[in-house]
Amino acid sequence: MQRWQIFGVWISIVLFGAVVSCQPGGSDPTTDPEPTGPKPIEYQTTPYPWKKPANFPEPTYAFAKNPLTLEGVALGRALFYDDMLSVNGTVSCAFCHQQGAAFAHTDHALSHGINDKIGTRNNLGLQNMAFYKAFFWDGGVQDLDLLPIAPIENPVEMGHSMPALLNAVRQSPRYRPMFLAAFGTDSITTDRFLKALSQFMLTMVSANSRYDKYVRNEAGGRLSTDELAGLTLFKQKCSTCHAGELFTDQSYRNNGLSRATNKDEGRSLITLRPEDRFTFRVPSLRNVERTSPYMHDGRFWTLEEVMNHYSTNMQDVPELDPALRINGRPGVPLTDTEKKQLVAFLRTLTDTDYIADRRLSAPN
Amino acid sequence: MYRSLLYVFLTGLGLTAGLLACDTPDPEAVTGTFVIQLDNVAGNQNLQLNTGTYRNALGESFTPTAFNYFVSNIRLIRTNGADYVVPQDSSYFLVRETDPASQRITLKNVPYGDYKGVSFVLGVDSLRSTMDISRRTGALDPGSDHTGANGMYWSWNSGYIFMKLEGTSPSAPVDATGSNTFRYHIGFFGGRDTRTINNLKTIPVLFGTDVAQVDAEKVPTVLLQADVLKIFDGPTLLSIKANPEVMISPFSSSIANNYAQMFAYRGKTTATLN
Ligand code: HEC
Ligand code: HEC
Repeated sequence: MQRWQIFGVWISIVLFGAVVSCQPGGSDPTTDPEPTGPKPIEYQTTPYPWKKPANFPEPTYAFAKNPLTLEGVALGRALFYDDMLSVNGTVSCAFCHQQGAAFAHTDHALSHGINDKIGTRNNLGLQNMAFYKAFFWDGGVQDLDLLPIAPIENPVEMGHSMPALLNAVRQSPRYRPMFLAAFGTDSITTDRFLKALSQFMLTMVSANSRYDKYVRNEAGGRLSTDELAGLTLFKQKCSTCHAGELFTDQSYRNNGLSRATNKDEGRSLITLRPEDRFTFRVPSLRNVERTSPYMHDGRFWTLEEVMNHYSTNMQDVPELDPALRINGRPGVPLTDTEKKQLVAFLRTLTDTDYIADRRLSAPN
Repeated sequence: MYRSLLYVFLTGLGLTAGLLACDTPDPEAVTGTFVIQLDNVAGNQNLQLNTGTYRNALGESFTPTAFNYFVSNIRLIRTNGADYVVPQDSSYFLVRETDPASQRITLKNVPYGDYKGVSFVLGVDSLRSTMDISRRTGALDPGSDHTGANGMYWSWNSGYIFMKLEGTSPSAPVDATGSNTFRYHIGFFGGRDTRTINNLKTIPVLFGTDVAQVDAEKVPTVLLQADVLKIFDGPTLLSIKANPEVMISPFSSSIANNYAQMFAYRGKTTATLN
């Protein structure tokens, strides 16, 4: 080695020493609870082209915290259709949320889970979850990302536990590459697992019914005279609660159902507020033709029965919403023709594209 | 000779430059460690799950089978008023009677100083309770073990259980499995969009005349006792017979008011470093 070379090496050692001694003191291990998975091996995701339907309000879901990608949506879809999400591998999300029924379940009044266990509430169709402020009939969950934990751990639904399920997913050769593709890491955390399910559920947007095409002046958007009469009636008598393009104002109300057989207190079980007793989230009426049975306990099997409830069978319970007490009497007076027109209108809310959308059906 | 002198000179120069570059104080040089040791008791007895039998002020005897609580948002109270607030992200601890390690809370990066007390929230504050799932790891991970006796999360009414006490008692009615169980699961952070009851309690525990000193040589450990009897014998006397199960109910507030007074300072030890 030449003398100047030795000098150079020596200079670098001195400088290196100085730099090393400047490192900030040991960082607190407790400040970073996030497991640091294998670091980004080159990965490339493709943004999912999510679009708000022209006639819809702004979404409530904070997409920035979970940007939709084709890979993430594909992973969520695989999970949604996978029986392994239940403790004995018999029940997937799709078991209870069937596409043909707009992701409701039509055979049972009350939810039906593992080992034929029966829940306490009727199923809800899944659609337009990007636009909701709260979920379930009682609004008990306000963040879509947290929702799946409820069915997964409910003993009468999927009966699993999250740590056991996440371990099984980690062991599964199917999922490691999918997590890698979606998140750039095969470290499978609660966060990533739930956000993948959210990604898929956020793509469940139903906005292509005949009614939608009618309001957007699109081809195929013609409504018959009866349907138009039904729409007018609906705006007069129903849209206080089944409001706007989501057909719900997302409030909690009582619509005068008899409590003879079901004493579910609904919203107040979540809030403990006396004023919330016996109120339920106003359900969307999109695809309502497909989501029979109706109401939180699935007591009505047909839309005709629902019309009879509103016109003649409504109970004058103390909690009855003021909008449904007309001239001091409970109920919405409706003639037989008006009932038919209302039902005809409700059927225009069926979105056959949604129900047949291959992107939402079981992956092969 | 001349050359080696030059080298020595240059070495000195280099090191001086290096030291000057380090002028910003190394945080480790002024912070140390503070330990909070929790000890769960029943009156003057040590708490023994499944085997110990205790009696509340109403004369009801009971045997606890599970006892867990969240301690969060810790603040160390300094004698000079400049309190130290533990950084939010590292200030959540789930204490379980079955897990002795969970009863020892080690706080790092605590500024040197004299501390006369500690305060903390029993439970999980509303901000964190509604935070994005990616910010809820460790004890707060809703996907961690929250089934059975370990469960400290309500999935169907999104929120954490702040304090859970379960047990058996002859005063409790017979349940479906044929045993006389009581269960207290207390949560409720005040609601996200709709105001609900708020059972979050900020609990100060002062060290009396003691001062816990943190410096380069000293690591203090303060001993705090949590007395389950206080959950029964507080401002409201809790009767197992009248209330064998309290979870989602307005009465949960009375239990929260009781447990807000269950902690007491019981002394300190100081470890001396080198
Ligand atoms: C055993 C049947 C069953 C299974 C399995 C099931 N669900 Fe549900 N789901 C229901 C019922 C019943 C409701 C309505 C419950 C209520 O509101 O109290 C519901 C409601 C929902 C809602 C709320 C919709 C709204 O508009 O508020 C979402 C989202 C949902 N489920 C997603 C899922 C996902 C994701 C899975 C799989 C991890 C799943 N479900 C598994 C029965 C089931
Ligand atoms: C005061 C608010 C209000 C008004 C006005 C109202 N509804 Fe409802 N509707 C509700 C609520 C709340 C529910 C859910 C009740 C439950 O399950 O306890 C509901 C449920 C329904 C359902 C069942 C949906 C399902 O998926 O189970 C249909 C169908 C329906 N309403 C149609 C109508 C029609 C048609 C009108 C006008 C004649 C109308 N509603 C007026 C509040 C209202």
